[in-house]
Amino acid sequence: MNPISILLVVVVAFFAGMEGILDEFQFHQPLVACSLIGLVTGHPVEGIILGGQLQMMALGWANIGAAVAPDAALASTASAIIMALALNGGSSDATTAISTSIALAVPLSVAGLFLTMICRTLAIPIVHGMDAAAEKADFGAIDRLQIGAICMQGLRIAIPAAALCFIPAEVVTDVLNAMPAWLTGGMAVGGGMVAAVGYAMVINMMATNETWPFFILGFVFGAISDLTLIALGMIGLSMAFIYLGLKDYAKQNAGSGAGSGDPLGDILENY
Amino acid sequence: MADEKTLELSKKDRQAVAWRHQFLQGSWNYERMQNGGWCFAMIPAIKKLYPNKEDQAAALKRHLEFYNTHPYVSAPVIGVTLALEEERANGAEIDDVAIQGVKVGMMGPLAGVGDPVFWFTVRPILGALGASLAMSGSVVGPLLFFIAWNAIRMWFLWYTQEVGYQQGREITKDMSGGMLGKITEGASILGMFIIGALVERWVSISFTPVVSQITQQDGAYIDWSKISGDAEGIKAALTQYAALGVNGLDQVKVVTLQQNLDQLIPGLAAVGVTLACCSLLKKKVSPIAIILGLFAIGIAGRVIGLL
Repeated sequence: MNPISILLVVVVAFFAGMEGILDEFQFHQPLVACSLIGLVTGHPVEGIILGGQLQMMALGWANIGAAVAPDAALASTASAIIMALALNGGSSDATTAISTSIALAVPLSVAGLFLTMICRTLAIPIVHGMDAAAEKADFGAIDRLQIGAICMQGLRIAIPAAALCFIPAEVVTDVLNAMPAWLTGGMAVGGGMVAAVGYAMVINMMATNETWPFFILGFVFGAISDLTLIALGMIGLSMAFIYLGLKDYAKQNAGSGAGSGDPLGDILENY
Repeated sequence: MADEKTLELSKKDRQAVAWRHQFLQGSWNYERMQNGGWCFAMIPAIKKLYPNKEDQAAALKRHLEFYNTHPYVSAPVIGVTLALEEERANGAEIDDVAIQGVKVGMMGPLAGVGDPVFWFTVRPILGALGASLAMSGSVVGPLLFFIAWNAIRMWFLWYTQEVGYQQGREITKDMSGGMLGKITEGASILGMFIIGALVERWVSISFTPVVSQITQQDGAYIDWSKISGDAEGIKAALTQYAALGVNGLDQVKVVTLQQNLDQLIPGLAAVGVTLACCSLLKKKVSPIAIILGLFAIGIAGRVIGLL
């Protein structure tokens, strides 16, 4: 990789690292991070495709309270760099490079998780520094400490990314080509299933007896390939409004005497 | 007594707070979580409201207390806090406990809305939309995700902070009025629906074992020996193909296990895997362990020819 590419990769990785903790602009999401790294390494289309595939896997990855999810920031930057190296090496075709990078992204996301935990621990002395600065009403020091903490999170990804850039492209390509077919094929099969974990995280968060039927409906509608995601979104939104509206209506009527909402029931009871 | 407000936060001050509030999680730590970022966000307001140094130090210290919520729904909390600090700076009787009480009282219920709405509904939907475009190599995918997300986020951060600031403590009464519950419920319905569709479309499992091989009758397949090698022959073959479909290509019709399963309902195995993941996650198995396990299953399945 040429020096300018490496520099830009490090910048992108730094932003991804910052966003990995801030979770605001979403530079750490695979769709954004992989596309940007693809762009700066001269493989924009492959980067976007890799980003899209990784994004599908990472849709449900979010840190909620004590539950930890795999780290999207390191997974997406590092796998995109590896993909770029494999493509630079020449002898590897785009599809293999992308699918192997996805499989590699998973262990990387675990590594990223440990780095996050280290940074979050290192942040404790930083906020103690803020306590001391608050004592003296030193606004500048608090600002610097906060910015420093954010930069630390940026370096969390930028340093491993820079290190990866210095691996010779031929080595990556050779390793990829040396992998037996059952291993790459098996990893592709595994990669197809891995998205389920992210979806399961979302389901566990939102599933109630009331919402399960909507999951089933979504599953059945999903099989109709004519429906785009936007169409599905509109169906889902409409159902949510209808359901909540009817629920409100039922609640209001519950107070106004039994049976009034069900004329047939009234007739049967009077019979 | 009935002085008009002498100290007031201008729109510019509030914008400065809103800008800094984006870096709320920057110094996230295991001790007091988002406290550093919260204090960082409050600094423009503290500077404006408290001219003397002792008050500034006291204000900084009380905003370094424990704080943790969803980073976006924190915006109305900071709005309310700004209103409280403003009253206090103008001499109202609001002690540290009251301010901390409002923060803690709001952060819990709001985090309960922010997580399902932003992380589990809006982001998966926008992400899936962008990703499905990106997988064909289209630059529209990442752009759409990035622009739409940030537009929604910035609008939300500013608007809800302003609502919090204008309404002050009144907002805490509205919060219990069922509105939050409804938003959460609506988001859950939409989210579950979309996730159902995503499971069907993007969790791919294909069982490759061959269930049956049937030798088809004459006429059910293309008899290649009767097709001539010129353009006429190609036309004849294509005409037959259009009528017979994929199974007409060979005399022996091969049915894989997957094709049988698809006749029941496509994606049944995908739901199975997803539900298995759900129950494993509920048993506190780490998601990373599950992911690695799935790769192991994938490799093993490929080696024995099942997947």
